[in-house]
Amino acid sequence: MAAESITMAAPPPPARGWPRERIVGYALVGLWIATGMALAAYLIGAWNTELVERWGPAYFSGLGVTLALVVISIVLGAILSAPVAYARMSKNRILSSLAYAYVYFFRGTPLLAQTYLIYYGLGSQRLMLESVGLWWLFREAWYCAILAFSLNTAAYQAEILRGAIESVPKGQWEGAASLGLHKLQTLRKVVLPQALIVALRPYGNEIVLMIKGSAVVALVTVPDLMGQTRLAFSRSFDYQAYLWAAIFYLVLVETLRHGVEWIERRITRHLVR
Amino acid sequence: MPSYWTLLSWGPEGWLDNIASGVFITVSLAVATLPLGLVIGFFVALAKQASEPSLRLAGNIYTTIFRGLPELLTLFLVYYGVPIGLQIIVRLVQPDATIEVNSFVSGMVALGVVLSSYTSEVFLSAFRAIPRGQYEGGYSIGLTSGQTMRLVVLPQLVRIALPGLANLWLILLKDTALVSAIGLSDILRQTGIAARVTREALLFFSLAMLIYLVLAIISSFGIGAVERAVSKSGDGR
Repeated sequence: MAAESITMAAPPPPARGWPRERIVGYALVGLWIATGMALAAYLIGAWNTELVERWGPAYFSGLGVTLALVVISIVLGAILSAPVAYARMSKNRILSSLAYAYVYFFRGTPLLAQTYLIYYGLGSQRLMLESVGLWWLFREAWYCAILAFSLNTAAYQAEILRGAIESVPKGQWEGAASLGLHKLQTLRKVVLPQALIVALRPYGNEIVLMIKGSAVVALVTVPDLMGQTRLAFSRSFDYQAYLWAAIFYLVLVETLRHGVEWIERRITRHLVR
Repeated sequence: MPSYWTLLSWGPEGWLDNIASGVFITVSLAVATLPLGLVIGFFVALAKQASEPSLRLAGNIYTTIFRGLPELLTLFLVYYGVPIGLQIIVRLVQPDATIEVNSFVSGMVALGVVLSSYTSEVFLSAFRAIPRGQYEGGYSIGLTSGQTMRLVVLPQLVRIALPGLANLWLILLKDTALVSAIGLSDILRQTGIAARVTREALLFFSLAMLIYLVLAIISSFGIGAVERAVSKSGDGR
């Protein structure tokens, strides 16, 4: 690429003085700094040791519930997504349209409505559930939340998996077949390692979406981070309850996003020229 | 016990009229939020692709915050926070004023800022797909930078960004379900009330799902029509 860099023109020198863009930019950054300092000043001014002692541990236990919900749902969803993705890619018309209907249903309706349908809707069919021995599952909001979230994320993950596998060129399958590898070996040793590089970023986004989406379980009485926040606010009527929750969520999501970016840089090192 | 058909009929016995008003609220909220999200998102994208670093920083802070917060939390932050903030400002002028912000406006603002942080990303990648020569060509025939943006760049930008924006519309439609938490009578709240009163939760929440699916399918048709219209106008050049 050396020849190209010689013919390329040098970037224009940065503008000097105070062009309009710079004035607006400095004003906006100044506005952000002022907002941040005002919020910090508010939080420091409103610091209340009694409240922090009462609700601090509750927030951390809520964070634990949120993380547990997300991790369990993502893992269960990943297990469930494999057959769905397989059915979606299958040549069998009935199988693939069933998988498509599943994916369309869970991606086309709000997660909150799905959670309500499972917790209130199926939970209202007590006699029917007791007769099949599943009442214990639908009685607890926690299990219902896990069920709803797993089914939901399975639909999204199936699409991610399908997209990633289909992004691997057909020649890879043919090449492996000509070497005498059977289908499963090809998938495991040739296709998946290439597909997962493509899938990493969408998977990271899906986890972030799950963390953000998990806040809705607070509305079906699961004491996650959002649930504790709502409880703290309804007891104290102190607005800082929500600001602290915002800090928790932002730190969580940003850590995850940077973690995924770091992993992506590591595993694509062999592709950088 | 009344039959399902009575429950789903129109009028005082049935719940269909209440649910229809919920559909109206949901759709009008989504339609009212869309322009807000598009306009803010466009300007944030403009800031993020500027050559001035401070402008880029300001835009990136905006996206980081509103893309990182759960939508439900943003909704509560706006619903409870905006009245407090406005009250502080208004009290400077009029010491005994009380401010109330209704839940429709809160929902619109909260969903609008969340939407804009996503549309800004879509617009940003569309900006990057437009070659530098388009701007230079615009300047060389004597257009000002505003005219170049409006007459040369924007028409191409919309065409490139359309698939991404269509996706965000479907997400917005689903996110409106959250406003039931701040007391707005949307689809989910109306079906929830019906479910509680009639004790037919499975029926009514299934109906809610069906309505959301139908809205998504109608949107897909609408999006297809818009995409065809836009690509047709492109052929005429």
